[in-house]
Amino acid sequence: MQRILLAALSSALISTAAFASEVAPDGVAFGEDGQVTASLTGVAGDPVAGKLAFVGRKLGNCLACHINDDATAESFHGEVGPPLNGVAGRWDTAQLRGIVVNSKMTFEDTIMPAFYHEGGERILEKFVGTTILTAQQVEDIVAYLQTLKEE
Amino acid sequence: MKRLIKTLTCTVAALVATTAVYAGEDAVLMINEEITIPTTAPAPEGSPLTELLSGWKFRSGETQALQMDDFDNPSFIFIDKARDQWVKVDGTEGKSCASCHEDVESFKGLRTELPRWNETKGKMYAMENYINDCRTERMGAEAWKWSKGNMTGMTSLISLQSRGLPVAVKTDGPASTAYELGKKLYYTRVGQLDMACSNCHEDNYGVMIRADHLSQGQINGFPTYRLKNAKINSVQARFKGCMKNIRAEPFKEGSEEFTALELYVASRGNGLAVESPAVRN
Repeated sequence: MQRILLAALSSALISTAAFASEVAPDGVAFGEDGQVTASLTGVAGDPVAGKLAFVGRKLGNCLACHINDDATAESFHGEVGPPLNGVAGRWDTAQLRGIVVNSKMTFEDTIMPAFYHEGGERILEKFVGTTILTAQQVEDIVAYLQTLKEE
Repeated sequence: MKRLIKTLTCTVAALVATTAVYAGEDAVLMINEEITIPTTAPAPEGSPLTELLSGWKFRSGETQALQMDDFDNPSFIFIDKARDQWVKVDGTEGKSCASCHEDVESFKGLRTELPRWNETKGKMYAMENYINDCRTERMGAEAWKWSKGNMTGMTSLISLQSRGLPVAVKTDGPASTAYELGKKLYYTRVGQLDMACSNCHEDNYGVMIRADHLSQGQINGFPTYRLKNAKINSVQARFKGCMKNIRAEPFKEGSEEFTALELYVASRGNGLAVESPAVRN
């Protein structure tokens, strides 16, 4: 547990340090199929921190909609989106990054929220001008998703 | 013996819940062992749904059972208080509800028609609007807040008179403007999570969103006692909660928008039986 906290803490420090070179939410370059090739931060994603952001209910809260057999310590996985078991074998890094940043660029009209995007209608005041995840949290989650390989 | 039957009913409901596609799919809503209330209805003409399903069908056997006996349904604590309020003189005119309406049973059927167009006022009226007009204009009493206990108790008592009757709101004529506004709001994506009502309650009902079983978002059970906040919830308070969940700035309770949305969502359930006061999680 301490190790996880330490990892999360150090990645938080790194992301602060890397802030200057961070891609802004409106500056993300999407490929034709919605993929995002370049890292948002230039700092390699940390899969351990990524799992925490993936699971965190106030962060990615990804289990609200996706089953993930790597996170069975958490009960009640949602079924709105596809299961993420083996997701690394189905999508490459750029595609996964594009889907987490703004999945609507990959799947038109999807219910999935855009996790690194500003703007929209009637946003609750305290969230105006914010993104659901930070750029580094996106990178961390993408790094984590890449560890989800089929057995 | 009654207790034993109830326990058996719960067990049966729980068994059904584990084997069915969704919780309680085959369960039957029988209240007080005497009133059977249908929890499905054919979809109205033009509905995007294939069949109307009450939110009761999506709940666990345990939650379902709470609605099957008025002694177990916590709403009735508040309904009893509302019965006292019904005959209590309040305001400058020396009147109670009973002064004009006598027995609350005279409101049988009203719940099925609301919200509706109020010709005198020239706007859509929900039950809360009518109650507050009575209080301020006839009784000389203070208006109640839309979702406070005195109001939700009274709306529950009045709605109870229509339990079992099919929802039948009018969407044409003078109500059509509100209907169209409500429909537009239903399909408009809002909030940081950028979701519309339809994303969950039309496109994804029947699946789990984390530990919650997504329903069609039918409002035939409102006012509804929720285990989550241990009180009776108005429809519009529920809308507010949904909007906050998707990080959207909610409309105000009693606003043109929320009453229009209430009308539209009610119309999606035209034909479903009123279950007020329902119990949900």
